[in-house]
Amino acid sequence: MYLFGDPATWLPLAFATLMGLSILIYVVLDGFDLGVGVLFPFADKDEKDRMIASIGPFWDANETWLVLAIGILLVAFPTAHGTILTALYLPVAVMLIGLILRGVSFEFRVKAPVHHKTAWDRAFYVGSMMTSLSQGYMLGMYIMGLEMTAFTLAFSALTAVFLTVAYSFIGATWLILKTEGALQRKAVRWSKGGIWGVVLGLGAISIASPLVSQRIFDKWFSVPEFFLLMPLPLMSAALVVLLWMALRRLPTRDDSWAWFPFSATIVLFVLGFFGMAYSFYPFIVPDQLTIYEAASAPESLFIILIGTCFVLPMILGYTALAYTVFRGKATALSYD
Amino acid sequence: MDTLILSRMQFGANISFHILFPTITIALGWVLLFFRLRLAGTGDQKWADAYRFWVKVFALSFAMGVVSGITMSFQFGTNWPGFMESVGNIAGPLLAYEVMTAFFLEAVFLGIMLFGMSKVPGWLHTLSTFLVAFGTTMSAFWILVLNSWMHTPAGFEMRDGVAFATDWWAIIFNPSMPYRLVHMLLASGLTVAFLLTGLSAFRWLIGDRSNGVQATLKTGVIIGAVLIPLQILAGDFHGLNTLEHQPQKVAAMEGNWDTGPNTPLVLFGIPDEQTRSTDFEISIPNGASLILKHSADGVVPGLNDFIAEDGTVQHPPVAPVFFSFRIMVATGMAMLLLSWTAVVFMARKRRGIEGLPRPLLWAMVPMAVSGWIATLAGWYTTEIGRQPWLVQGVLTTEAAVADVPAPMVASTLIVYLSIYAALLAAYVGVLFYLARKATMGEPAGPTFHVAQEAQVTVAAE
Repeated sequence: MYLFGDPATWLPLAFATLMGLSILIYVVLDGFDLGVGVLFPFADKDEKDRMIASIGPFWDANETWLVLAIGILLVAFPTAHGTILTALYLPVAVMLIGLILRGVSFEFRVKAPVHHKTAWDRAFYVGSMMTSLSQGYMLGMYIMGLEMTAFTLAFSALTAVFLTVAYSFIGATWLILKTEGALQRKAVRWSKGGIWGVVLGLGAISIASPLVSQRIFDKWFSVPEFFLLMPLPLMSAALVVLLWMALRRLPTRDDSWAWFPFSATIVLFVLGFFGMAYSFYPFIVPDQLTIYEAASAPESLFIILIGTCFVLPMILGYTALAYTVFRGKATALSYD
Repeated sequence: MDTLILSRMQFGANISFHILFPTITIALGWVLLFFRLRLAGTGDQKWADAYRFWVKVFALSFAMGVVSGITMSFQFGTNWPGFMESVGNIAGPLLAYEVMTAFFLEAVFLGIMLFGMSKVPGWLHTLSTFLVAFGTTMSAFWILVLNSWMHTPAGFEMRDGVAFATDWWAIIFNPSMPYRLVHMLLASGLTVAFLLTGLSAFRWLIGDRSNGVQATLKTGVIIGAVLIPLQILAGDFHGLNTLEHQPQKVAAMEGNWDTGPNTPLVLFGIPDEQTRSTDFEISIPNGASLILKHSADGVVPGLNDFIAEDGTVQHPPVAPVFFSFRIMVATGMAMLLLSWTAVVFMARKRRGIEGLPRPLLWAMVPMAVSGWIATLAGWYTTEIGRQPWLVQGVLTTEAAVADVPAPMVASTLIVYLSIYAALLAAYVGVLFYLARKATMGEPAGPTFHVAQEAQVTVAAE
């Protein structure tokens, strides 16, 4: 058990990494299928079916990453779990209701009588919006240290909008990859219309985090950290420029580069995530509770870690299998 | 109302809504695998029809289960932070294993099972169906381990109010786990059996004479007839186990106030905690002693033993446990009566479904939800029966509740309740709509690639 030194030091770090990884995977994966929901009102009837077909086989597993992330928070950092979730009681409730609405709408829209379909489509849209907005709001509140003032509320309202637009952007880039023809052209337009959400979202977080916390300010704006970290914003800026250039040329005649916007957006999300992780480490409740203070007993963490080492690669493996089986352009969903 | 009771109502509403759907998917996964294998083995299209109809029910139920399950995983933190702070070292790993070994498995392979029929080889599709069924069962295993541990905690020690694991084997195989797991899995099997029977009877009654309907009706009746006696037996064992570890719960179930021999079995009555007596009692002399102690003068514990010297009540609220238990048992008896009567009619002159009288078929339709009623009543019995404890003898429910303003809990509770009511209505409505649509005849989908699949199965054997 003391193979890598004191487990009280490396176990919390290992679990914080696992949790961060789950959140990142969740934001990317459920990000695109939430985004598809956010874009729903802009699509016509047939396009809606095609959009659902592009995410139908995946959404359920995508949401499981949220359960894993919250599970790790619950399991590995129980005190932080209580503090964060009771502070975010209402937005969590809004998110859960949103997830319920959109999750069941996938099924009901095709199984309920045809004249109910419009209503379930609306429920799918409303659910996706509630989920995205509340997640953006929670992100803002978290950056603001979970404190409730007029300013933090205003900031969180902004991040709510930015994240929702950012989700719609990654959703649109997913559709560029998974669709063709008129819908693909539409998806390119949606991407152009949504890219500001990503830019402003990343920008707002980058500006606000160091201003709110002196600690984060020092972590970024001291020498040599400042120069070591420069590649992060520079790479992000370069990616945004590349994305814009690609979007202006898409769709191409032979569908080449259709993969690019989605992949570039994933990298962008990853970069943003690393920036945030760097800012907040080692705190799990910003400037209040570190991962070391909040961690569960090493014995319990160890028993989970052993399982994780075996199971996580398997999960990643069969997730990859599912994405391989349903690769290529989305076709109409059928049980046959 | 205060935050505690509102939080209990909220979690109770949530978990009640949630359990309806896993109860279906756990067993329906295996039934679908059965249909799938019969199809591969016989090539008979009736199994394809059965699969095609019930996989829709499965997909819908699964989605309902997933979304309400996500809600629960968050409510541990929003409403019951004390739970994880106190017993997180035990509950945490069990929940983590549930997510890792069950949730991902079922969620990922569900996609292939539902939409991959024409995209993957037959064996991989059958394997996916198996893995989904296996995943739902694993999920049931882990969550029942945790739930049982909350009733009969073992393998831990308390240090400064926090539980630390000392023996994982003892934690997982805690005293009530095997009984509770078997009881719940059988409950799932029965729920699906009666749902199969009920919906198929409905289709038959509105004129569907297809072989697929006959096959599912027969499957449902037989599963029900086989499982219900096993369930009654398992329930009896579970009750004896509860008597050993949580006598106050059994006392509330029986509505027995004073400890003593020759305790009657109360068939009906209205327990009154104020007067500490049961009004309008109809009972069988020595019945409870016979059932619980297997002798007429066996001593059965009474509720009055669970009043502390300072007058604090340490037993659960009596009336809800007492009535839930009776509803569960009565539903079980109705299931026994219905399924065995059906078997007798079907076996007579070997007439099968044709031999079932119409009134019996009509009785099967409302009994489609009998599994739900019995499952909920059973869970209320055991969970309310654990009060005032959240973890028996370790943590009270009151100590675990979040310090959230009551109006906040109340307002979200109202929203949850209205959504659950609407979704439940939509769900039941869609089940019967699908049944009607299937009867009217859907545009026939492409037939299964049976020949190819049968070969694969033969080759695999």
